[in-house]
Amino acid sequence: MFDTFVRRVLKPAAFLACLLPLSRLVAGAFGFGGVSLGANPAEEILETLGKWTLNFLLITLCVTPARELTGLAPLLRLRRMLGLFAFTYAALHFTTYLVLDQELDLAGVLEDVAKRPYITIGFAALLMLIPLAATSTNAMMRRLGRRWQKLHRLVYVIAVLGVWHYYWQVKADVREPLIYAGILALLLGYRAWRAWRKRQARHRQAGAGHALQSGLPAVPARRPQAS
Amino acid sequence: MRKTGKNDPRPSEITPEAVYLNRRTLIAGAVAAGLLPSTGWAESGPTGPQLRHTRNAPLSTTETPNSWEDITTYNNYFEFGTEKADPAVNARAFRAQPWTVTVSGEAEVRGRFTLEDILKAHALEERIYRLRCVERWSMVIPWIGFPLGDFIRRFKPTSRARFVEFTTLHDPKRMPGQRYPVLEWPYREGLRMDEAMHPLAILGVGLYGRVLPNQSGAPLRLVVPWKYGMKSIKAIVKIAFTEKQPRNTWNVAIPDEYGFYMNVNPNVDHPRWSQARERRIGAGLFNEMQPTLMFNGYADQVASLYRGMDLAKYY
Repeated sequence: MFDTFVRRVLKPAAFLACLLPLSRLVAGAFGFGGVSLGANPAEEILETLGKWTLNFLLITLCVTPARELTGLAPLLRLRRMLGLFAFTYAALHFTTYLVLDQELDLAGVLEDVAKRPYITIGFAALLMLIPLAATSTNAMMRRLGRRWQKLHRLVYVIAVLGVWHYYWQVKADVREPLIYAGILALLLGYRAWRAWRKRQARHRQAGAGHALQSGLPAVPARRPQAS
Repeated sequence: MRKTGKNDPRPSEITPEAVYLNRRTLIAGAVAAGLLPSTGWAESGPTGPQLRHTRNAPLSTTETPNSWEDITTYNNYFEFGTEKADPAVNARAFRAQPWTVTVSGEAEVRGRFTLEDILKAHALEERIYRLRCVERWSMVIPWIGFPLGDFIRRFKPTSRARFVEFTTLHDPKRMPGQRYPVLEWPYREGLRMDEAMHPLAILGVGLYGRVLPNQSGAPLRLVVPWKYGMKSIKAIVKIAFTEKQPRNTWNVAIPDEYGFYMNVNPNVDHPRWSQARERRIGAGLFNEMQPTLMFNGYADQVASLYRGMDLAKYY
């Protein structure tokens, strides 16, 4: 029941909601609907796309904990979509920088990537998102098997680099980047705690003398979840 | 009062404000002509009490000024919040009167003066200046003010006065941004005496022929157009003549990024970004980037102040 609800109602609605920040920027850029991007629309566009990249990264990282804490497995159907939106907003953020800031000067971009550390890590995070986006299909998940899970753990590195990129870019007011860092710390901390708990459970089972020599994990292997 | 000179533009040559072309005016005009649906934008024009002034064409640029809307809604004024849109909102309740300025230090005349006392002795001029922020955006702004040099001469600084130091109001009750230590309050800036005496340096009291709005640094601010905008300190309450180079707030905050001189210089990068180009506000989304000019285009007038100085070292 809930699964049908997620597939037919929640996911489409979420898809539309994810488009809202982008539509606001498009509206503002063309002056529709009374939306104003202020005196420096290029800066507003770049910043909004960047912040929503981070927002979607963090929201994506919330899905698994939400699933585990509520037991509602169908929530996992949203994760891939949210992750791909993070990639989309990141790509648009970079494109805005390339077009409106660097005016398609690729040499200028490479110089920035080489000389400005915050751009180095931002660019690295973007590059890392590409294999994740490319392997997001069901076919890819089947092909990669266990390796898919390992590859997609890169999202933790990407999220850290993304928040750091924001922190380093800000002129002086670090409050917002620190809030993002705090939320990220919670989300990563949850996973660290969960991994530690699993290891504890395995040791307890090993103590009771189960199956350890063969190298089989005591907990059944989890196959990558289809979304 | 400066008499009209032969270089002043004829009244017929002076473009009225209403005709300054900008994106929003064009769209508003199209709306009025029924060509575009109304977007609900209220393009605000200059408001506030008018200031009698003369035009100073020789010291003004002929570039089109940015709109009142852009100039008064896009402000770096952390005393009222760290987002560009914050000061226009958070400074609404700020009362810029009554206002006193304390003049102190190495000068024969010192004391506390009301703003009225200070302004009595000076005829106001319009100076249309470029303003370049260190963050790589720029505007053209029609200031109303008077030469800082004229002000300084009244106080007869001694030979020990090698610098002029300026301090902003420090009152977190009236300036809510000061409740958070994003910078060391109060904001402080300084100029070398020869920079302060330069004809381009003005004390600003108005904008577009009106009294300075709160978010633009009311009621008294500095405008030094050949330096990055941070040097043009706002809401001045103290002016001191000093022997030693004054602390300036951004240099205290991040010394390897912001120095004392902060001359606009496309050849000296900010550690985190290049300064070779800038974004001119209001030029249209795809037309905005343009080369940054040495000393913000005032090299002819000010380069001699820095002859022989290593501008990469003294940034």
